[in-house]
Amino acid sequence: MTINSKDAAAGVLFILLGLGFGLNAYFTLDLGTNIRMGPGYFPLLLSGALLILGVAIFFHALQVPDESWGAIPWRGLFFILLGPIVFGATLQGLGLVPALAIIAFITAFASQRMSLLLAIALTIGLVAFCVAVFSWGLGSPIRLFGPWMQALGLGN
Amino acid sequence: MDLITNLGIGLSTALQPANIFYCFLGTLLGTLIGVLPGLGPTATIAMLLPITYSLEPVSSLIMLAGIYYGAQYGGSTTAVLINLPGESSSAVTTIDGYQMARQGRAGPALATAAIGSFFAGTVATFIIAAAAPPLTAVALKFGSPEYFSLMVLALITSVALAYGSILKALAMIVIGLLLGLVGTDIYTGTPRMTFGFLELADGINFVSVAVGIFGIAEILRNLENEKDREISIKTVTNLMPTREDLKAMAAPILRGTLLGSALGILPGGGAVLASFAAYTMEKKLSKTPERFGHGAIEGVAGPESANNAAAQTSFIPMLTLGIPANPVMALMIGAFIIQGIVPGPNVATERPELFWGIIASMWLGNLMLVVLNLPLVGLWVRVLRVPYYILFPAIMAFSAIGVYSINSNIFDLYAVAVFGAVGYLFFKLGCEPAPLLLGFILGPMLEEHLRRAMIISRGDPMIFLNRPISLTLLLVSLAALVIVFLPSVAKKREQVFVEDE
Repeated sequence: MTINSKDAAAGVLFILLGLGFGLNAYFTLDLGTNIRMGPGYFPLLLSGALLILGVAIFFHALQVPDESWGAIPWRGLFFILLGPIVFGATLQGLGLVPALAIIAFITAFASQRMSLLLAIALTIGLVAFCVAVFSWGLGSPIRLFGPWMQALGLGN
Repeated sequence: MDLITNLGIGLSTALQPANIFYCFLGTLLGTLIGVLPGLGPTATIAMLLPITYSLEPVSSLIMLAGIYYGAQYGGSTTAVLINLPGESSSAVTTIDGYQMARQGRAGPALATAAIGSFFAGTVATFIIAAAAPPLTAVALKFGSPEYFSLMVLALITSVALAYGSILKALAMIVIGLLLGLVGTDIYTGTPRMTFGFLELADGINFVSVAVGIFGIAEILRNLENEKDREISIKTVTNLMPTREDLKAMAAPILRGTLLGSALGILPGGGAVLASFAAYTMEKKLSKTPERFGHGAIEGVAGPESANNAAAQTSFIPMLTLGIPANPVMALMIGAFIIQGIVPGPNVATERPELFWGIIASMWLGNLMLVVLNLPLVGLWVRVLRVPYYILFPAIMAFSAIGVYSINSNIFDLYAVAVFGAVGYLFFKLGCEPAPLLLGFILGPMLEEHLRRAMIISRGDPMIFLNRPISLTLLLVSLAALVIVFLPSVAKKREQVFVEDE
């Protein structure tokens, strides 16, 4: 028996999402009536449609030969997704300059070809450019150095 | 004449020094990202959307529009010089454009693309100016049932005309619609599907979704296999096409412009479909189809005119009806909303300087693009040598500041990481992200019109079938859906996008 693992996985994902949204709408939201639809009416309708599409995609996958998933850039995934999370966690505490330096430096290593020296140079260049454009050019109200930096006696 | 007066209002807005500057900036950025393979206009506009927040509405929309049609110009440079589509809509240009370059005719190939694009851009600007007022007038008569059916049509045709599995695309629309509904219900004030996150009370941030599923997922896709770009053509000399070239390109440019303008208006059509369709048409019409694939100038002129025409006419449904035809237009609607303007037929009457300013700026932008692309082609060749991995940190840093500055909300940054992962997963599963974004934008509007229509009809769903305009729109959607599922059409549909691969 052949099965297209990509399509099958997509089908399962859609079924799960349909169930998740559908059950959430059914149990936690007021469905209302046809005349006055409640907040749960349309979401339940859509979840049902998603569930049906998921089932159809899954059964279609049983009739199609498998295909390759291709390479997965684990290193890239890690550094690229970590960037905005660390930026978010540090922005209000450290301020714009350190948070920018962190996100630029972290995401620079997403590529296997990055060298330490180039990453440092890129980080400095990017921070300078972003501060010039956003803080000075566009008047962004984000503080350049935050309270954590001041606690350390740095910045002002 | 109305058309002239309106364009006059538009030109006086577009010709203000600040707007000329932003138009130039937009077209410059558009050319840049068009030249760079792998970075598309959707991701770029998503990234820059928050930055435009601090600009005047007219300036910001002029700039964003410039990025979109500018990318159509830049994409052809890469296609001709290194046989890679700088932009997905230039994919067919690689076939004959690169062959021309190998025969030492890179200059004429680039000139053909630029002349075709400029002609198409000029014609498309007038088509928009002529088509917008009547469409706006029609749209003002629409009630909720008509709007609901119109959105259904837009969503269905966007699937039918796009590339890839129809079932998956439909599922992506539904997910987009559901994600669009997350947040507080406007009728009752109940938080919906927020799964306990207070930060989601105002809904999922549109820019986080767009940056995640287009920007970040695109970077990850590029990281899958890192290889050097080979640039065989170092310098481009002799840009001028010969007299025979000009003769050979005239008819294809005209046909490409008309076909592209028509396809651009259709939801889901846009630049990519237009360029593929134009190439197929030129090959069919040619007396010497065997020259195609070996440097036929018609194979550059037709598609390049078509993609630029389509990029511009796809503004028509967005400007007049407030309905996006493709993900870039969905982002433009997002830009309107960020500026506090409700996109739709009222824009033309209430903000004529904005409406006509955008349209007039397109022609101005096209003029700038010819200058940017032809004499400065050497500069773009140099840009192509910039290693791609240097751009990733820059993209990430800009997106992060941008996303944060919309609401000063840290949660939006975490959402970027989540949607980046989700977007990449969908890519791995062979699901196109464009329908999701369209659904996300249309979700709240679709529900609101559905609810209003049901209140009007006292709960009778037949209201959608009893009104002639609504019925027609739904019948067309149904027909589109039936047609794409016909086996013969399904096969043909796949072929359109893999021409001569």
